[in-house]
Amino acid sequence: MHDINVDYEKQMGMENFHPSLVRGPVELNTNSMGEGDIFGAEPKISARNVNFCYGSKRALNGINIDFSPRRVTAIIGPSGCGKSTFIRLLNRMHELVPDSRLEGEILLDGLDILSPACDAAELRKRVGMVFQKPNPFPKSVFENVAYGLQVNGVRDRNLIEEKVVDSLKKAALWDEIKDRLKDSALGLSGGQQQRLCIARCLAVSPEVILFDEPCASLDPISTAKIEELILTLKKDYTIVIVTHNMQQAARVSDQTAFFLMGDLIEMGRTESIFKAPRDRRTEDYITGRFG
Amino acid sequence: MQRHFDEELQQLKNDILKMGALAQEAIVNSVDALKNRDKAAAKKVINSDAEMDKLELAIDEKCLDLIVLHQPMARDLRFITTAIKMNAELERIGDLAVDVAQRALDISDKPLLKPLVDIPKLAETAKRMIGEAIESFIKRDTELAKKVVLSDPEADTLKRGVEKELIYDYMMKDGSTADRAVPLLLAARHLERVCDHAVSMAEDIIYMVDAKVVRHHPEELK
Repeated sequence: MHDINVDYEKQMGMENFHPSLVRGPVELNTNSMGEGDIFGAEPKISARNVNFCYGSKRALNGINIDFSPRRVTAIIGPSGCGKSTFIRLLNRMHELVPDSRLEGEILLDGLDILSPACDAAELRKRVGMVFQKPNPFPKSVFENVAYGLQVNGVRDRNLIEEKVVDSLKKAALWDEIKDRLKDSALGLSGGQQQRLCIARCLAVSPEVILFDEPCASLDPISTAKIEELILTLKKDYTIVIVTHNMQQAARVSDQTAFFLMGDLIEMGRTESIFKAPRDRRTEDYITGRFG
Repeated sequence: MQRHFDEELQQLKNDILKMGALAQEAIVNSVDALKNRDKAAAKKVINSDAEMDKLELAIDEKCLDLIVLHQPMARDLRFITTAIKMNAELERIGDLAVDVAQRALDISDKPLLKPLVDIPKLAETAKRMIGEAIESFIKRDTELAKKVVLSDPEADTLKRGVEKELIYDYMMKDGSTADRAVPLLLAARHLERVCDHAVSMAEDIIYMVDAKVVRHHPEELK
């Protein structure tokens, strides 16, 4: 069983796999926190007392956070505050980093994804990720989107085609490239490449999509398309987006979390965070007084 | 970190301060014109309204520029939106001063119905409330802003006293006094409205500082 993100990392020469990536069938515990999130729903993902270290350097300190189902959560904070580190824990991408250490619990639908019983490849099918820089494979548009299905053993050509078309439509890319499916993905514009990566992620039917600064390298028009797409996708998916762009966080997210030096300082409804944050440090950051 | 943006916010604060000073001056001058039946002073108030109108437009534009160019958040955003609202309230106060000045013109050629006592008191209350609202804005002083909000009944009582006296002691006893009493009634009403605008400003200032909505929620003042 392959995992699309891991295969990409392999291609990029990042093969420091943690042995725990190879695991048996998924059997997760079913305890739910049952506390309800700020929107009154059971959280899709919960982190409980999460600490994370790169070697001796502590990057996250006792993070407790709930991600609401079918909502967009923005994570903001200055460079080095731990926001990208944190979302990479949510599909266990941190296991690619040697000499890293994680403590605490991360629950997906109340099930512990850090449990030895949880298979990372299976997890990454449920929790997909889109990176800062578009990273299409050096293959055709069609093959890029079909890749995840094929490595997961799907052989039915009709089903693959159906899924590719559906994913490209969901990623708001179909109309632009329906006549270029056999062309190299590397010939697409940056914005199209990023939407292709989103389509590739959607093809394996995830439940959660993690976006790590998805518009950092895009122009305003491409950024607007990605933002519109995120707003459309949230009807079906739980979305977590790391962004340095305050306005983007305000535009696309329902709730916002502010990280600082490895701590979660404040989390709340986006409009509250940007109108009247409770913590002075959040206010100083979002008003540009530091960071 | 010192920001250039802070200098622009300070300029905006200075402009609101200037608008407030002009509004206070207009109210005082309009009531003086009324008391003294001074046509020239009344006309001066009416003419000086153009300066407030011009400043109002400039402040509005500055606020929009700050929003567009800096995309402010949190306390900066609350400061600018409060400035926009205060600007409109102060401009309305200027218009009400013009209304009082018009009433001064209405009675300027007639003998004064009675020595004015409560109307100057109401004007004094209005001036004080505007001043305190502006001061609470500058100092981010919510206690002072609350004091302004809680002063509103004082203005209402004064206005009702003027109405009662003019209606029952003059107009109902002698209908021929109406042409001199009605302008005074209206002037009291204009001044009471000025106090209402000061209250609105104070409520906005409490939101600006504490992010707490007290407008239409008097229980939040406790």
